Amino acid sequence: MAVVFSRPKSLSDVPFHYCPGCTHGVVHRLVAEVLDELDICGKTVGIAPVGCSVFAYNYFECDMIEAAHGRAPAVATGVKRARPENIVFTYQGDGDLAAIGTAETVHAATRGENITIIFINNTIYGMTGGQMAPTTLPGQVTQTTPYGRDPKVNGYPVRVCEMVSTLTGTAYCERVAVDCVKNIVAAKKAIKKAFTNQIEGKGFSLVEVLSTCPTNWGLSPEKALQWLRDNMMPYYPLGVYKDTTEENK
Amino acid sequence: MAEKKLMKGNEALAEAAIRAGCRCFFGYPITPQTEVAAYMAKRMPQVGGVYLQSESEIAAVNMVMGASAAGVRAMTSSSSPGISLKAEGISYLAGCDLPAVIVNMQRGGPGLGGIQPSQADYYQAVKGLAHGDFRIIVLAPAGIQEVVDLMGSAFDLADEYRMPVMILGDGMLGQMMEPVAFPDSEAPVLPEKEWACSGTKNGRKKNIINSLYIQPAELEEIVKARFERYAEIEDKHAMSESYMTDDADIVLVAYGATARIAKNAILAARAEGIKVGLLRPITLWPFPTKALKALTSTAKAFLTVEMSMGQMVDDVRLATECARPVHFFGRTGGVVPTPKEILGEIKKISGGIK
Repeated sequence: MAVVFSRPKSLSDVPFHYCPGCTHGVVHRLVAEVLDELDICGKTVGIAPVGCSVFAYNYFECDMIEAAHGRAPAVATGVKRARPENIVFTYQGDGDLAAIGTAETVHAATRGENITIIFINNTIYGMTGGQMAPTTLPGQVTQTTPYGRDPKVNGYPVRVCEMVSTLTGTAYCERVAVDCVKNIVAAKKAIKKAFTNQIEGKGFSLVEVLSTCPTNWGLSPEKALQWLRDNMMPYYPLGVYKDTTEENK
Repeated sequence: MAEKKLMKGNEALAEAAIRAGCRCFFGYPITPQTEVAAYMAKRMPQVGGVYLQSESEIAAVNMVMGASAAGVRAMTSSSSPGISLKAEGISYLAGCDLPAVIVNMQRGGPGLGGIQPSQADYYQAVKGLAHGDFRIIVLAPAGIQEVVDLMGSAFDLADEYRMPVMILGDGMLGQMMEPVAFPDSEAPVLPEKEWACSGTKNGRKKNIINSLYIQPAELEEIVKARFERYAEIEDKHAMSESYMTDDADIVLVAYGATARIAKNAILAARAEGIKVGLLRPITLWPFPTKALKALTSTAKAFLTVEMSMGQMVDDVRLATECARPVHFFGRTGGVVPTPKEILGEIKKISGGIK
């Protein structure tokens, strides 16, 4: 019988710790498929964040480093500068990348660091039980915004792709979503491009993935996907925010 | 060894690091250690190494973590307030069993403090640099040739025990000039690090560099194994210099630049007939406990001299087990003690002994 679906070689054969309906698993699979298709697993070094995907070091078959909270782009910079022949990626959530690690993110981008960042935006701190994230939407109820995020008190959500796209050093940034098959296919294409850019030495690439957190949103997995479409997509429009690799063609 | 060159401490330190095989330097400007970075910026490209000015002290130490995890000898340097910022990263380096060399050219504190020489970061370096059960090796050179000589040891010890090593200097050591000779080799041959994250090349199982262990029993076991290595280091690598201690009634205990000032005071005291010597710790962790303990059989009193309000003095009391009185004299805030002041303290103690 022909095998039509199997585990990517770059994805470890261990059970995920993620909650049911969480889309981290989908994104992990997309990254692993890309590592397989580009045949780069053997020279890739991944950097795991602090947050729900802290255990990502157990899930990919490439060498993995677990960084301090928010510091993954600095650690990735160290690896890439020390070993430019390696392919280096970070996998980070919104608290890690856009709050405590904002400086590391912005400066890795502005240096044009030749690395790939996979950024999971689910508008919440998942691992610690659902607190306000830098990407939490106005009005959104979380454990630390029990009356809804009030911009007068908590300010406004950070739009990472829009911010990073203003930096000269950024080669490519795109916002995708994993809410449906069509968008998952597009997300994979973006992730593949972000890795291909690094192989070709084109510089800093960031893919923001709109994701769900059914557990901390208090929704069923299906309703969480709909909430993403109804609430996140209007504030965080999908699309390519910067692509100097296309401009150069 | 080649012929001697007159060099500034910070620059000699940077050159010595390169000769020790350091090929990645990440740093952030701060007085009084900025010449280390400036020298690295000039020299690293000449030896095919990496110099990168980071956006912060925090980023610098994490870049060191990345380079070290990739198997390359890496270093960062700073001064007191910058080391506080690096503390998080140093804890992760320790928790990940990663080698690295961190330089602290101390200045006065707390807070922004001052920019003049100080030894007020002793507690920080030796007792509690950051969260968690861990140690770092702390080397305290007293002259620029010793900076150069200890730099090779710093990288070797870091690699051998897979842990951070700190060079604890002070602004005086960084800024002064002395003649120094360097090892001839610019690139020592270093063994491959099989634990490093530099790609599996599809030929081995993946390596993971990590400090997270969710199961308490597992974490306890890993910390205990690390402390077995620390015990070996305490046993094998404590270093100190004894100066005129054989017949000394009073033994001064001082490290770094302060030890050199203490030597002047000792000579002045001896000219007046007071038998004084010096025990100079070269490693602050491991502390030269045995060497100090041994002196309690001959010395009548100890005098610890520091550029702080009294930090190392605690370890002197512990090492001597209070068998003899342990006195303290210190200046702080960037004020450097003078030989005359120290002589005055020696005379006070000497009067008491008589």
